[in-house]
Amino acid sequence: MPEKKETQGKKTEKEMTLKVSDIDPKFKYKISKLSGAENVLLCFQCGTCTADCPIARFNDFYRPRKLIRMTQLGLKDKLLSNDSIWLCSTCFTCIDHCPQDVGIADIVRALRNLTVKEGKMPAVYKELASNILKTGYAYVIPELRLKKREKESLPSLPKANLEKLAKLFDVTGLSKMLEMVRT
Amino acid sequence: MPKYLIFLGCVIPYRVSSYEISTRKVLAKLEVELVDMPEFNCCGFPLDPINHDTMLTLAARNLCLAEQQNLNIMTLCNGCFGILNHVNKELKEDKKIKEKVNAYLKEVGMEFKGTITVKHLIHVLAQDIGFEKIKDTVKKPLNPLRVAQHIGCHVVRPGKVVGFDDPENPTTLKNLIKATGAKCLDYMDETECCGNPIIGVNSEIPLQLAREKLDHVRAVGAQALITVCPFCHMMYDLHQVRIERKFNEKFRIPVLHYPQLLGLAMGMSPDELALKDLRIDASELLNLL
Repeated sequence: MPEKKETQGKKTEKEMTLKVSDIDPKFKYKISKLSGAENVLLCFQCGTCTADCPIARFNDFYRPRKLIRMTQLGLKDKLLSNDSIWLCSTCFTCIDHCPQDVGIADIVRALRNLTVKEGKMPAVYKELASNILKTGYAYVIPELRLKKREKESLPSLPKANLEKLAKLFDVTGLSKMLEMVRT
Repeated sequence: MPKYLIFLGCVIPYRVSSYEISTRKVLAKLEVELVDMPEFNCCGFPLDPINHDTMLTLAARNLCLAEQQNLNIMTLCNGCFGILNHVNKELKEDKKIKEKVNAYLKEVGMEFKGTITVKHLIHVLAQDIGFEKIKDTVKKPLNPLRVAQHIGCHVVRPGKVVGFDDPENPTTLKNLIKATGAKCLDYMDETECCGNPIIGVNSEIPLQLAREKLDHVRAVGAQALITVCPFCHMMYDLHQVRIERKFNEKFRIPVLHYPQLLGLAMGMSPDELALKDLRIDASELLNLL
């Protein structure tokens, strides 16, 4: 998912205008029921999260404060089509510094989960998930590495029970999501 | 004799076995017994962004495997620690989430009970073994070395979940470094994230973050950077040449896993500690000893 270039400069009037139909007034309540996101309504927009965010320093689009405000306003579609929600590196500095105890990184995670539910995710996550399903490990460990372990007299790697893993992917709904998702 | 179930995670066997090799050597010397996981699946960290429930369940399954062995988990990876510790605490404290996860686990004949704890290597070293005992094993103090620490995020943050050290000014790794006789230098933005978790989505930002970190480390004259996470280590060691090329810089800062530093102080040879596996050559550093 390449980063958008800020070449157009100003946004068009159409892009800046919010319509009532863009707003889902129940969205904030839906989010606030998710684990870690309970305090979303307490955010008073001080901006500490954005000021202390290492990602925001190197990027013009990722602004945690803004994402929380958009969540409060119920701008669901704009949020879920916003590629910048995938830029949080989960360092949790925002959570530690928030004076209102808002689980900012958890809310971003909730937004990502909803985006996936709607059928969209970055390719890398699909790859990681499929590696885990196939091997138990997030990366496919090359045969050469396994042989090297023997040479280094490291114990052989624990194996995954792939049948049980597939079952857990099924019952938690991830298998279905992976089938329908586009990257 | 302390005994732990060692949770390697995915990154270490994939790319960073030098961390595992040096950890096993050093812990054997400190008389810590390690038992390998009988069975394994990824801690769940990479799946949290796409499905929180799958993450909870995969983490809980590993916790159940540890419960069956009646052993506490020790991770080497900050990411694995962050996830397993958080899920373990959440399931112990929140009945509703525990019920939900146990309903999933029932499908594979398992149940989370909440009988074990999760630690990271750094907690085991600092709390269970202690600085004094570590100092006692130092045979060749590394007095000539001046290094910097990078503790990483998930062993200290979120503070209210981890409850270990001061996330704003973490001193545990610094004290562990000092125990080897090496000097640990302060530098700007020590607690800053390596950025690696998003490298698959956007490589630009993590490379810039890592460049800045290496720049700050160089500015204070540190001869090496010391890490305790394979993911952070990859960012600074494996990607360092890429960063140098991209920004037309020359850092050549060796990045050592803490157990490699401790092993050297214990008198082990660089080969034993897999120092030659590092991408950034550490021989100049070793010549100082």
